[in-house]
Amino acid sequence: MMNQARGLVLDELLLFERSRPGRIGYSLPEAEVPEVLPDAELLREEIDGFPELSEVDVIRHYTRLSTWNYGVDTGFYPLGSCTMKYNPKINEVAARLEGFAAVHPRTPEPLVQGALELMYLLERDLAEVSGFPAVCLQPAAGAQGEFAGMLMIRAWHQARGSRRHKVIIPDTAHGTNPATAALCGYEVVPVATDGLLSLEAVAAVMDEDVAALMITNPNTLGLFEGQIREICELVHQRGGLVYCDGANLNALMGISRPGDVGIDVMHFNLHKTFSTPHGGGGPGAGPVGVGERLLPFMPTPVVVKKDDSFALDTDRPQSIGRVKGFYGHFGILVRAFAYIRSMGGEGLKRATELAVLNANYVRARLEGSYHLPHQQRSLHEVIFSEAGLANGCRTLDVAKRLIDYGYHPPTIYFPLVVQGALMIEPTETESKQALDDFCDALLAIAEEARETPEKLRDAPVRPRRRRLDEVQAARSPKLRWLPDQDAAEE
Amino acid sequence: MRYLPHTRSEVQQMLETIGVAAVEDLFTGVPQSCRLDRPLAVAPAQSEGELLAGLRRLAEGNASVTQWDSFLGGGAYNHYVPAVVDHLISRSEFYTAYTPYQPEISQGTLQAIYEFQTLICQLTDMDMANASMYDGASACAEGVLLCLRAAKKRRRVLLSRALHPHYRQTTATYCRYLDAQLEEIVDTDGATDAAQLRARLTEDVAAVVVGYPNYFGRIEDLAEIAAAAHEVGARLVVAVSEPLALALFKSPGELGADVVVGEGQSFGLPLSFGGPGIGFFAVRRQDMRLLPGRLVGETVDLEGERGYVLTLATREQHIRREKATSNICSNQGMCAVMVAIYLALHGKQGLRRLAQINYARAAYAREQISRLQGFELPFAGAVFNEFVVTCSEPVAALSKRLEQQKILAGVPLQEDYPELENGLLVCVTEQNSKDQIDRLVTALAGGQA
Repeated sequence: MMNQARGLVLDELLLFERSRPGRIGYSLPEAEVPEVLPDAELLREEIDGFPELSEVDVIRHYTRLSTWNYGVDTGFYPLGSCTMKYNPKINEVAARLEGFAAVHPRTPEPLVQGALELMYLLERDLAEVSGFPAVCLQPAAGAQGEFAGMLMIRAWHQARGSRRHKVIIPDTAHGTNPATAALCGYEVVPVATDGLLSLEAVAAVMDEDVAALMITNPNTLGLFEGQIREICELVHQRGGLVYCDGANLNALMGISRPGDVGIDVMHFNLHKTFSTPHGGGGPGAGPVGVGERLLPFMPTPVVVKKDDSFALDTDRPQSIGRVKGFYGHFGILVRAFAYIRSMGGEGLKRATELAVLNANYVRARLEGSYHLPHQQRSLHEVIFSEAGLANGCRTLDVAKRLIDYGYHPPTIYFPLVVQGALMIEPTETESKQALDDFCDALLAIAEEARETPEKLRDAPVRPRRRRLDEVQAARSPKLRWLPDQDAAEE
Repeated sequence: MRYLPHTRSEVQQMLETIGVAAVEDLFTGVPQSCRLDRPLAVAPAQSEGELLAGLRRLAEGNASVTQWDSFLGGGAYNHYVPAVVDHLISRSEFYTAYTPYQPEISQGTLQAIYEFQTLICQLTDMDMANASMYDGASACAEGVLLCLRAAKKRRRVLLSRALHPHYRQTTATYCRYLDAQLEEIVDTDGATDAAQLRARLTEDVAAVVVGYPNYFGRIEDLAEIAAAAHEVGARLVVAVSEPLALALFKSPGELGADVVVGEGQSFGLPLSFGGPGIGFFAVRRQDMRLLPGRLVGETVDLEGERGYVLTLATREQHIRREKATSNICSNQGMCAVMVAIYLALHGKQGLRRLAQINYARAAYAREQISRLQGFELPFAGAVFNEFVVTCSEPVAALSKRLEQQKILAGVPLQEDYPELENGLLVCVTEQNSKDQIDRLVTALAGGQA
């Protein structure tokens, strides 16, 4: 049952340690014009310690490094809240087409009609999936989409002369929500939930100082906020707006549309729901769906269709402005568009259904062996707690032991409302067989916790590195290589 | 659907294990009042062949820099990307991984980012750099936020008008609802006006922000600007949108910058219609704990072996929530690896040589254009690979005329700088051969190249 893993793992120095004076890995054209240099007082010296490597050195270096990583293409990656679904290869081909990859952002509009049309079509598709009248593609990531959304809310209040200065955030929220609210100059009003946010809990804090409610739906426990429609109505009645964190949209495609239930603005994570690669931490893309009230405040520029051509509109006097350079992560937008067109409307709904099926299957197989703190029917992810693990074993130990079984661990210790949370999001691209193997591993680990708990505490033993000392890393931070450090150590 | 592996009988078995009759029964938590009661109106699924044909049609609707002679710069640069870069980042162990939360099985990403941080420190001559930001413009905005956090009572920020307009606009958006006052410093000869800067600098200024090279391609006198800022205790933020210049010109760190931010697209990233790019962010040791974003640090594992982890997380949103240094919770991981690969290939000698070629070709083009009747160089000072030209002919008409010869002449400046009514920002890189430059000059003069 344990994944068979054996093989050769090669060590590799840092680029700087591999470097040898005089080695080159480049080929450059001749100058072809008279050689001139700037004034001597403007010139810098040679860069001390900068690497010198051959092309073969560089290829070996990064190829070896890549083998120390675990990706979705390596195996099951059930990282909760991150929607680590398969990244289709045709999307990579699409983004690299010369007519997309080699296009300068300041090319005159009549000469980039294909790029603008793609953006326009993607906006329409995202609008249809989410139920919002408009979508802005500019934000670089979910957190930036969230920021753009909250700025629009603040601009809306400002335009009405309202000086509301607080934002309600449930305790299940991602850390970005309070950080974003603060960045918009808002004070955070936390509200406790019992799994689900209740209308009463919102009513109790929704006063004339509150500008907005930030909500995640389904929430970070994987539960659909059943009173969402009533909550939105209440917030609107009392003069506020509702922001939705769209991180979990993979649970809703074709089932329910945030724009239809009263949400005013929501960000998408194209790298979660729409299959673009996570890239070891980015780049993602965080478009925002925008409701009627907030349309005048959208970031500029906005892609518009005039007759049969497309243009970038910057003439929006109430716009919050731009949140980044140019128009968004176009290369990521191409990938997401390719995904949507590969799946079709029906395929997107099927993806959601199977994502929910997979999460519930994992839940059914593990319930009884792992503690389930919330009994309600969950959607695309399932959260267990560390309660009941034998011999004082903790969630961290379970996670590290999963590595020995050949898996990337789930998200751990989030959401904060669950003690030692183990948050599993399988996504729809995993087969029953893959889920069975994973569940068998977790059941075996629960057994090990009872019989041989040291196997958990010592884990992982199989990867190239054992548990790393994060305390030392933070206590005496070493954030870069320095040329003299090796000399000193020798 | 080829990405969905479930067979019908497996779905049935799974439903039985769960104890429900049908997939719809899993959605009982979604009230009827919240349901979509019709199919999504998204185009039906296409086969891979059909999809690619449609995408090719869209791609062909764009003028690429491989088919056209492009002299466009202005924050995005047409540099050659060696085949090795795309080859290596196509290793899916890199691009299908997420943020390295589990360091034991993410050492590849972590070491690559640690090397990226080091390379940025070396280029900028700064003490430490983070794991990257979204792009140059947002990194610039975050640089200003750092200065405002560092100097709580100082609320004014002086931005050079010669700083990239997108960087200024993005900074304004980020500061929109914070207690901060943004002011612009005029430019003289295409560079920040030192006299006005000195006059406006008082003890309530948190930051001075200038481009290097600036939007007009000019090499600012950073030493003088740094001295002026430091006299009143303000920080100097230097924003670099064309970092290749740092291989040739004195580094911002050497000249006194406190925060160096910028855009790394020049180093191995495709133009891709403006994104994704990659922001970099470097500071002095004193500001380490004010840094936004991810940081990778060196440590050891249980057996004493060298390894890397994400570190100093107490600055970040998932720990500090509303007290975090930023709401950012990702970096441009893949782009950072691309930059590192590009820099490793070019190395100490190659990067310098490449910068020299860019400088020499731009100098040649500038010289040739300056001899043309009806064209002037409004600014005299040093530039790297971009420069401003003013023409007697309206820029729109001139650009149209050159488009007939498949030449993209430059970025028009009028929208952002009304006084440069017929101003054009011309960029010349190693991708523009002498032949291309000569064709540009002939075409500008009204001839057929």
